[in-house]
Amino acid sequence: MPDKTRLQLYIPKPQARPGEPVNFDGLVVPEAGSVRRPDPLGCEADMRDMPFSLVRVLDEGGHAVGPWAPDVSPDLLRKGLRAMLQTRLFDDKLFRLQRQGKTSFYMKSTGEEAIGAAQSLMLGQGDMCFPTYRVLSWLMARDYPLINLVNQLFSNEKDPLKGRQLPVLYSARDYGFYSLSGNLGSRFGHAVGWAMASAYRNDDKIALGYVGEGTTAEGDFHEALTFAGVYHAPAILCVTNNQWAISTFAGIANPRDTTFAAKAIGYGIPGLRVDGNDFLAVCAATQWAAERAHANLGSTLIEFFTYRAAGHSTSDDPTKYRPVDEPVHWPLGDPIVRLKTHLITIGEWDEARHDALTAELTEEINAAVREGEAVGTLGKSKPPVAEMFEGVFKEPDWRVIEQRKELGI
Amino acid sequence: MTDILMPALSPTMEEGTLAKWLVKVGDTVSAGDVIAEIETDKATMEVEAVDEGKIEALLVDAGTEGVKVNTPIARLEGGASAPAPAAAAPEAKAEAAAPVPATAKPAAAPVESLPAISQPDWPEGTPTVKITVRDALRDAIAEEMRRDDKVFLMGEEVAQYQGAYKVSRNLLEEFGDRRVIDTPITEMGFAGIGSGAAMAGLKPIIEFMTFNFAMQAIDHIINSSAKTLYMSGGQIKSSIVFRGPNGAASRVAAQHSHDYSSWYANVPGLKVIAPYDAADAKGLLKAAIRDPNPVVFLEHEMMYGNEFDIPEIEDFVLPIGKAKIQKEGKDVTIVAHSRMVGFALKAAEQLAAEGIDAEVVNLRTLRPLDTDTVVASVRKTNRLVTVEEGWGPCGIGAEVAARVTTEAFDDLDAPPARVHQEDVPMPYAANLEAMTVPSVEKIIAAVKQVSYK
Repeated sequence: MPDKTRLQLYIPKPQARPGEPVNFDGLVVPEAGSVRRPDPLGCEADMRDMPFSLVRVLDEGGHAVGPWAPDVSPDLLRKGLRAMLQTRLFDDKLFRLQRQGKTSFYMKSTGEEAIGAAQSLMLGQGDMCFPTYRVLSWLMARDYPLINLVNQLFSNEKDPLKGRQLPVLYSARDYGFYSLSGNLGSRFGHAVGWAMASAYRNDDKIALGYVGEGTTAEGDFHEALTFAGVYHAPAILCVTNNQWAISTFAGIANPRDTTFAAKAIGYGIPGLRVDGNDFLAVCAATQWAAERAHANLGSTLIEFFTYRAAGHSTSDDPTKYRPVDEPVHWPLGDPIVRLKTHLITIGEWDEARHDALTAELTEEINAAVREGEAVGTLGKSKPPVAEMFEGVFKEPDWRVIEQRKELGI
Repeated sequence: MTDILMPALSPTMEEGTLAKWLVKVGDTVSAGDVIAEIETDKATMEVEAVDEGKIEALLVDAGTEGVKVNTPIARLEGGASAPAPAAAAPEAKAEAAAPVPATAKPAAAPVESLPAISQPDWPEGTPTVKITVRDALRDAIAEEMRRDDKVFLMGEEVAQYQGAYKVSRNLLEEFGDRRVIDTPITEMGFAGIGSGAAMAGLKPIIEFMTFNFAMQAIDHIINSSAKTLYMSGGQIKSSIVFRGPNGAASRVAAQHSHDYSSWYANVPGLKVIAPYDAADAKGLLKAAIRDPNPVVFLEHEMMYGNEFDIPEIEDFVLPIGKAKIQKEGKDVTIVAHSRMVGFALKAAEQLAAEGIDAEVVNLRTLRPLDTDTVVASVRKTNRLVTVEEGWGPCGIGAEVAARVTTEAFDDLDAPPARVHQEDVPMPYAANLEAMTVPSVEKIIAAVKQVSYK
């Protein structure tokens, strides 16, 4: 009997840790415009190459090229740019305010602003997004009042969520933005359930759900995809692959030689892998998936390939687990710069207007923060105690009423 | 269409005055809009629309006094894009929908081996029919599905197989596969999908083959359904029923015999119901389906095949949050729920032969718990025994005993006694199983203990 090889436990490792040179070797970035665009009404079995490519529209020179270049107006592009820039500036401001103790916690979307903004603008008013904590640009693209965000973050008397939820875990149903969940992945199932309910009612609304790449390891992800495939749920299911789940890199959630989009194949739904820093590619992929959903052909899984340029949250210090300069070397660039360059290239934007927009947005944000500060920052103004027992049930039960009385409120 | 029902301000409220309408027929309202004001002798409260839609009818005039809780007071036209129900149920009668106040009249004849029910939920003289708990549940689901197209049933084996315990018998035939949905084998999956559908305004009934398997879905029951209305600042409601058998069956061992009563009853945002007989099952399941909150409905496998009388009343609905004096007595109060009510009644029969007159309280709802009824009973009997199938620590009996000692300490002539499962996972072997679960003998012993006999 021949000697048997001794087994060795394999633990995946990222390509660079702090102190090591940034290394994105092996990351294949196809030319913009080089990937085919299948018929959105076509057969899923004929699209199984798509998860292994990367849909890109904007080339190095800022031109929109190839079959995925979407038919979107300059006005919409400017709106998207505005939402992304507003998100970036707001994040920076609030991050700073957290450091000054004006809120307890904050999470930035830096580097990922194209995804929420483009999808928000592509979907209809009645469609519903089941968000994660890094799609603030969805709300910005729909002109959600900044003061509501500020009051929620400050947890003050005018907090629209009445002091019940962590900062950043917004709810804005009327803006197509469902209640954020603190436990990862559960909203993926809700998106599929919401979509199936829409079909049940013969409505024409579709749902959109987000998870991060780390959350694809949760059971909810797989259960939601099972239902999405089996019942043709009219949903767009998005994996925001920003390379990092706090300190664990994407290779901890998925083996190296496959992609997150490829998980769709096993569930019998199309999987697209899309440059998440390319506003136009996000628009195009979202339109494609929406067309398919509206045609009763069911869900699409989209992996948005992007990069979390900031820390996970204000409680996180990414320099402890990745090279400090990794974000600036991300090969797919900055989504805001890329869209701005495109608008300038097509003659619909210029530096002066960009500067003016930046100044205008900064002032809007400062005004909202001032207004929120006037109400009160964390601990200075408090949500009304009288409402603490509201919303536990649609109508309060006796126990809630009794406890409220015991507290004298 | 959606009926808006007369709401209850407290579990003891049975009727109130409809003081004022703030809307008129033809108005379009959104969920949460205040549509009326009602008054009781204690307070005034606002009635909110539970759904969006156009006011189709105001069924009770402003100024009407004595409007029973749960009576439809207005009707919303809604779900315009949904097809009409296959067979529209006749309109609910206000008298039938309203629960009749308990009057403690002994039933004429005991049901087979099961003890007599002393306190009917329907007017004397109402014709009754014998029905199994299984069929009572089925009829409740079918009636509510006929009444409201937003109601659908989803779970493993509910359609073709008609339910692992045949609770969904003939429902697929009547309602089709759009509304009776066989799912993949993933409790986490269909509880999540159901939660999402509820957030979209449908009214799912989620069947768990048993609540043991709902462990895999408990994140959605608690973190998604129970908490979302609160977390969203009241923006997102979730009207959904999670139902299925709970507790011990027979010879199915630790992973198929768990009683989750106290787990769910611990959670704000959930209503928790545990019916005993067929009338409880039918009247409370209908109420659960109509309730705008998430409801956990704990059935019992060993009760499905038992027959009980239920009234031949159109639209028989019982109030959530009201316990029932199942048998009147003066010497000791035995509080139980679900199958244990039957055990308590049998114990009471045997105790009667020994000269102890026990009162049996059937909790029916575990959250909100009707402690008023329990406390009133203890004030009369001065002694308390609680019975539950699950484990004792942090259990329903612990909660009941705490409430009673807080509110009626001076009325107690003995420390309360608790009867519950022994602190071991349920063994498989019949002799061990029998020793771990509550029994009539253990209840009798506990009663004698608190009676110092």
